[in-house]
Amino acid sequence: MQNPTKTRVKLLMNEMTSSQHTSGAMRQQQDVQPEPTSAPVLRAEARNLDFWYGATHILKSVSMAVVDCKVTAIIGPSGCGKSTLLRCFNRMHDLYPGNRYSGEIQLYPEDRNLIEMDPGMVRLRIGMVFQKPNPFSKSIFENVAAGLRVRGVADKRILYERVEQALSGAALWDEVKDRLHDSAYGLSGGQQQRLCIARALAPQPDILLLDEPTSALDPIATAKIEDLLTVLRNTVTVIIVTHNMQQAARISDFTAYMHLGKLVEYGVTEKVFTTPQSPMTNDYITGRFG
Amino acid sequence: MATSSLANAQIESARIVAVNRRADLLMASIGILVLAIATLLLASVFVGLLASGWDRLINPDFYTHFPSRHPQQAGIISAIVGSSLVMLVTAVIAIPLGVAAGLYLEEYAPKNWLTDLIEINVSNLAGVPSIIYGLLALGLFVYAFSLGETILTAGLTLALLILPVIIVATREAVRSIPLELREAAYGLGADKWQVVRMYVLPAARPGIFTGVIVGLARAIGEAAPLITIGALTFIAFLPSPPVQATPPFVNFDWLTSPFTAMPIQLFNWVSRPQAEFHVNAAATGVVLMVMTLAMNALAIYVRLRLRRLHR
Repeated sequence: MQNPTKTRVKLLMNEMTSSQHTSGAMRQQQDVQPEPTSAPVLRAEARNLDFWYGATHILKSVSMAVVDCKVTAIIGPSGCGKSTLLRCFNRMHDLYPGNRYSGEIQLYPEDRNLIEMDPGMVRLRIGMVFQKPNPFSKSIFENVAAGLRVRGVADKRILYERVEQALSGAALWDEVKDRLHDSAYGLSGGQQQRLCIARALAPQPDILLLDEPTSALDPIATAKIEDLLTVLRNTVTVIIVTHNMQQAARISDFTAYMHLGKLVEYGVTEKVFTTPQSPMTNDYITGRFG
Repeated sequence: MATSSLANAQIESARIVAVNRRADLLMASIGILVLAIATLLLASVFVGLLASGWDRLINPDFYTHFPSRHPQQAGIISAIVGSSLVMLVTAVIAIPLGVAAGLYLEEYAPKNWLTDLIEINVSNLAGVPSIIYGLLALGLFVYAFSLGETILTAGLTLALLILPVIIVATREAVRSIPLELREAAYGLGADKWQVVRMYVLPAARPGIFTGVIVGLARAIGEAAPLITIGALTFIAFLPSPPVQATPPFVNFDWLTSPFTAMPIQLFNWVSRPQAEFHVNAAATGVVLMVMTLAMNALAIYVRLRLRRLHR
């Protein structure tokens, strides 16, 4: 099962990176033959995305496809714009003045440019987990229910069901089921981060964004999060930014390597790590740089 | 050679540690000294008033009688009721206005020169002498709006006076909320009002509450603006009570009642020539100080409680 799919993904990736024109053509082709097995389904796709903070040009013509129910990792040295790219996907930059986008990030299946959508609408569909665990100063239950409450869910039964589902999905249920109404600050750092993942999962987002989710955690907590991501793979579309190359190699299906705001290389993780196309990627993954 | 340089390094670090320790000790001593002076001053004022006013303080009549020409019979019931009702009006007006204004300035207002101008002005208003507010209130509330020398006028005046304090406290409290919390809430798809209502306001509550109490504690001790708007010094009746046994159970007649307040009663008694009245003044001072300290104690208690809930 694994090999044929991967070959097709590789082909797709080659097509994608060659030019925007062909990727457009590819999309049309997809519309004509909607068979899900013929090609990986895309969830989102950045096309010639540029981003500025004030006068600083941070992202330079980034084009990248996000495949449904796969883990896409973005790696690169500090300051390469990987977090900036991630935060474009849920329009987090719009909270601060001085941001400017150009280009597009298409959301599938409806094929709408999320740069032109209302940021609140985008964030209702795309969840995010941050670098530092940031639970609310509420109970464990209310933390997970927060996204549902924002969406107006008030039915206790539904809330309870979805909270249990999300906590189980984040591999935290067994640890907290007896103290759902205790403060979330009583949890350890790793548990808090899994709580944040559960909070993001509870509203069943189209895409889950993870911004260096393990950089503030110890190795054991990190391993638990990585296990969790391995389980989520195939059910949730994940984009993860990480400075840890081994982590990207372990948990992702696709890897993007960024350098100075440009997407240098993007492809199937195995290929990026074993036979990188760009010498820059090679230098980075072999530790000669970064 | 190597051993001697090692020994030198050890001597050098021992010297640095000793110097640092001496600096710590010096700083701590200065701190304790300053603190002791401040506390002693406050305590001596309090004890002085307590000693001079003791005879009246232990007499229950002092708390239940109206002011009188006879110092032995004079009491502070009208001043206590007056101060309480004025504070009620002040709180009801100043808290929602101040919190809303602070929230608007911090969360909603566009960052431009107009907002900056308003912010600078609000901060400056906190430092304007209280008698100026009294003059403003005399012109605006008493004459222009014809509200008279009433509890309502006094409440509005003191509300104006403490509004900047509450606005500044609200802004500080809201600003101190970590970015991560906001991003977490926005990341869930919450809109601005949801973020403010569900996350920002609850987290800012301890700071806002502190500002409110500091403001109210300042207002309760103010005499100048109340004298300016024409508060009476001799009130031998109580305003009609705000609640009644018959429907509609609430009564707002008290708003238009003339009034006196604790600091005015104190000021009146202390300016009398008879020494007996000075005893009354000292006793009133003690009661006023106890009220202020009690409000501050309440502020500290609530802040600690809210903080514990939030941790």
